[in-house]
Amino acid sequence: MHMADSEKAQKGMDPARRRFLTDTLRTAVGVGLVAVTLGVYQRQARALPASAIRPPGAADEQAFQAACIRCGLCVRDCPYDTLRLAELGDEVALGTPYFEARDIPCEMCDDIPCVKACPTGALDPALTQINDARMGLAVVVDEEACIAFQGLRCEVCFNVCPVRGKAISLDLQHNPRSGKHALFIPVVHSSDCTGCGKCEKACILDEAAIKVFPIALAKGMLGRHYRLGWEQKAEAGEALVTPDTPHQYNLPEGVHYEHGGRGLILGEGRPSPPPMPQRPMAPPRPPTPPGAPQPPAAPFSANPLDTLNRKGGL
Amino acid sequence: MQPGGRPGREAIEVKGWFGAHRYLILRRLSQLAILALFLAGPWFGLWIVKGNIASSLTLDTLPLSDPLVLLQMLATGHIPGSAALTGGLIVLVFYLVVGGRVYCSWVCPVNIVTDAADWLRRRLKIKGSANFSEKTRYWLLGAILLVAAVTGSIAWELVNPVSMVYRGLVFGMGLAWGVVAAVFLLDLFVGRRAWCGHLCPVGAFYGLLGEAAVLRVAAARHEQCDDCMDCFAVCPEHQVIRPALKGADKGLGPVILSGHCTNCGRCIDVCAQDVFAFTTRFSNNSRQAVPGVNHKSEVSS
Repeated sequence: MHMADSEKAQKGMDPARRRFLTDTLRTAVGVGLVAVTLGVYQRQARALPASAIRPPGAADEQAFQAACIRCGLCVRDCPYDTLRLAELGDEVALGTPYFEARDIPCEMCDDIPCVKACPTGALDPALTQINDARMGLAVVVDEEACIAFQGLRCEVCFNVCPVRGKAISLDLQHNPRSGKHALFIPVVHSSDCTGCGKCEKACILDEAAIKVFPIALAKGMLGRHYRLGWEQKAEAGEALVTPDTPHQYNLPEGVHYEHGGRGLILGEGRPSPPPMPQRPMAPPRPPTPPGAPQPPAAPFSANPLDTLNRKGGL
Repeated sequence: MQPGGRPGREAIEVKGWFGAHRYLILRRLSQLAILALFLAGPWFGLWIVKGNIASSLTLDTLPLSDPLVLLQMLATGHIPGSAALTGGLIVLVFYLVVGGRVYCSWVCPVNIVTDAADWLRRRLKIKGSANFSEKTRYWLLGAILLVAAVTGSIAWELVNPVSMVYRGLVFGMGLAWGVVAAVFLLDLFVGRRAWCGHLCPVGAFYGLLGEAAVLRVAAARHEQCDDCMDCFAVCPEHQVIRPALKGADKGLGPVILSGHCTNCGRCIDVCAQDVFAFTTRFSNNSRQAVPGVNHKSEVSS
């Protein structure tokens, strides 16, 4: 009975209604395909190339692409022609502002005109101190090419850095090649680097050895659960874990080893054990009782290496 | 239409060439003048208007923003800053007065491309047209807002030919000429008025605004119509004409009330009988009250 009813309904379906339904379905499916393609394309457009740096105050890529209206007012108000809008075919999301540091870096204007120009808040208006900007992060990408690592004096990146001495410092290291000179190694500090890119622009090499990358590419991060013992100790005033027990060295009679101190000690009484501030896991061996026979004079050479090299020893 | 497929010939004879191209010339001047305002800065250092069609700042005081981009922004969850909101509101109110799709016919640069394609289509007598609904644009409008909400990014602006061309002209085209060519070829070979009349979600959005707009075209002297069909031939949304021109018997007024009408005025240009005129939506009332009776004097001014 039901079958007959539905068959009848299908046969008798109003052609206009049928046409309307198929047309609607056709449009919906077509537009759905377009929407899916657009969504996938959008995901790919979120991948910012390593050389493209966003203006100051830009949030992460997804948030920025939600907030940027692609009007180019930041580009217009940039006094140094640093910024440009991505054209069709560029790797950067179409119409959004960026700069490439090796072309024209950010000059870090005090009044940050690009942020002021932004009508939508895509460039965060809360950014009022340009030193707080985090456009990217400089990285010494090629220690092989950087001439400072060859022992040559350069320091151009250090000297052009607008946050001089803070964002890039020079780490003096021994020059093993000459044996008597220092290496002036540039070290970038993310605590102060704004990502302006002046170091990359100024790098004297044909291809810069120091480059600015978007933060997401350049910055590592320690696991959130991770605690550095010495920092915790400085905060708490004491170690949070039980200290290691002093190591017991298995040495011949009359020979002792003081780790981190005098090293191998011959022909002396046993030194007092190192101070143990709390909860030693094993009690120190009792000192030799008085009146007991003194250990004989060392039965081996005064040179400790002889002992170590002895056949069967160690 | 006159033999030879050249709509507007009779109008040229009656009104002269300029008279028969009045609104077309005005529209082109409007489109080019607005573009010139944007280009005067980068080309000649004359900074009257900064930015582009998505958002701009005129004389460093007047903000204007595209309400559709702001709508997509809201869909992503980002609340735009006050400058953009103010600018969007000004634009919204403006188009509610003059007609939403005035954006399409008096501002949008793609309109020049699709008008050219349609002109060439007529000249080459290309008849075939892909069969897809003119309502597709509403589906696309919904889809781009949905994609913005789902992906959290203004995805449509990655591919939007309208803003792409405008931004391209002002800031650098890149490969956007390819998109212009694609739209031109689409309208020329795939379907008549395929982009502006069927697909463009920007036009769909402004068309929705146009449903409530004040400024209108009306078939004010529709009784003078001699059925030459020139207006149908040139109208980019020719389905909007019939109710106003031929709907008197059904009690419909002479004012074109469809939001799809772009207020381009081309029908006024090509009509040798001066049937059409600009008016307001309020001129339609008396007609509806007394169907079938001519009230041409009321709407002709």
